[in-house]
Amino acid sequence: MTSAKEVVFKPLFDNNPIALQILGVCSALAVTTQLSVTLVMCVALTSVTAFSNLFISIIRNHMPSSIRIIIQMTIIASLVIVVDQFLQAYAYEISKSLSVFVGLIITNCIVMGRAEAFAMKNPPILSFLDGIGNGLGYSFVLIVVASVRELFGSGSLLGFEILPLVGNGGWYQGNGLMLLSPSAFFIIGLFIWVLRGLKKEQVESAEFKIAPHAAHSEEGAF
Amino acid sequence: MEALLSLFIKAVFIENMALQMFLGMCTFLAVSKKVETAIGLGVAVIVVQSITVPVNNLIFNYLLREGALAWLGLPDLSLAFLGFLCYIGVIAAMVQVLEMFLDKYVPALYSALGVFLPLITVNCAILGATLFMVERDYTFPESIAFGLGSGFGWALAIVALAGIREKLKYSDVPEGLRGLGITFLTVGLMSLGFMSLSGVSL
Repeated sequence: MTSAKEVVFKPLFDNNPIALQILGVCSALAVTTQLSVTLVMCVALTSVTAFSNLFISIIRNHMPSSIRIIIQMTIIASLVIVVDQFLQAYAYEISKSLSVFVGLIITNCIVMGRAEAFAMKNPPILSFLDGIGNGLGYSFVLIVVASVRELFGSGSLLGFEILPLVGNGGWYQGNGLMLLSPSAFFIIGLFIWVLRGLKKEQVESAEFKIAPHAAHSEEGAF
Repeated sequence: MEALLSLFIKAVFIENMALQMFLGMCTFLAVSKKVETAIGLGVAVIVVQSITVPVNNLIFNYLLREGALAWLGLPDLSLAFLGFLCYIGVIAAMVQVLEMFLDKYVPALYSALGVFLPLITVNCAILGATLFMVERDYTFPESIAFGLGSGFGWALAIVALAGIREKLKYSDVPEGLRGLGITFLTVGLMSLGFMSLSGVSL
């Protein structure tokens, strides 16, 4: 039996959904140019994952397995509609800048993946915590990426000026690349490198190894 | 006609679903180890994309948008909030129908696509294209061009990435970067390359 603490904290580092399972990267990158937008996205995804896990786990014993995917999809889509309507009502500006990416939470593999892998087999409370844990794991990567992009791209964090830009009479020349899409890929790639450098057991094994130098070996030659 | 062609080119190169919009990344990274499978998945995405986007366009314009149900005597009703549920339903149903159709009439293609067809339901590129179509308020012909173009662009990107990864597996990559890490960096460079096309316009 897995403990609640383990369920919440394991996805943060040991089994991070983005860095290790390549789940949910889709929406992860496009919303990371500004930290404030990213935070809203993280809260939205975490709550959808947690509640979809909760509801699916409650009805898991009454679901025929042949149509379970459709049921999961419907539950997830309904939750996303609630989140979307909520954002449009109370945070219209942010909902505009998130544009289609709130809707894309439906197809975010983390939500579906946790519902299928965890909520179908575990009791409701534990599933809810698992949803929160995985949401936090996702948020962790996103917040790191967004902080780097906003700080070096526009010299601010959460809209507050940290590095005064040249245009505003400061000294920092904003790095335009950070605001464009390729930088997100580079940052996540480097993030994975750091994470795997710290945790050696997560390094993938190489498909091909370069053989040791063969020229000096006498065996096999005449 | 020219406007549609320009929309198509824009969807393929400038607003590439995978490299500029980051959509469909999960499958993009997971199924790009071999060129052959990448081509199969790419073709499946093109087919599904060019069917679902126009169909969702019809549903949005004639059932969901504000005032669309005027013929029922309900001119003030807007069902736009039901959008997500309808679109994902259409996509799942389309994939299912396509699967049955291919199984019956084109078994060779069916077995070639194999597991990729059901996977497409949860591909964010498909739902993403539909949502962009709704947000930008495309007309029916425009939605056809956009669906085809975005599917084609995604397929192009995944085949290109698979080609690079096939060569890359023989190279000596630093330990921590092996596999996923180096793939992300490669995709970043590809995305940088596609950005240079952003000046193209018809």
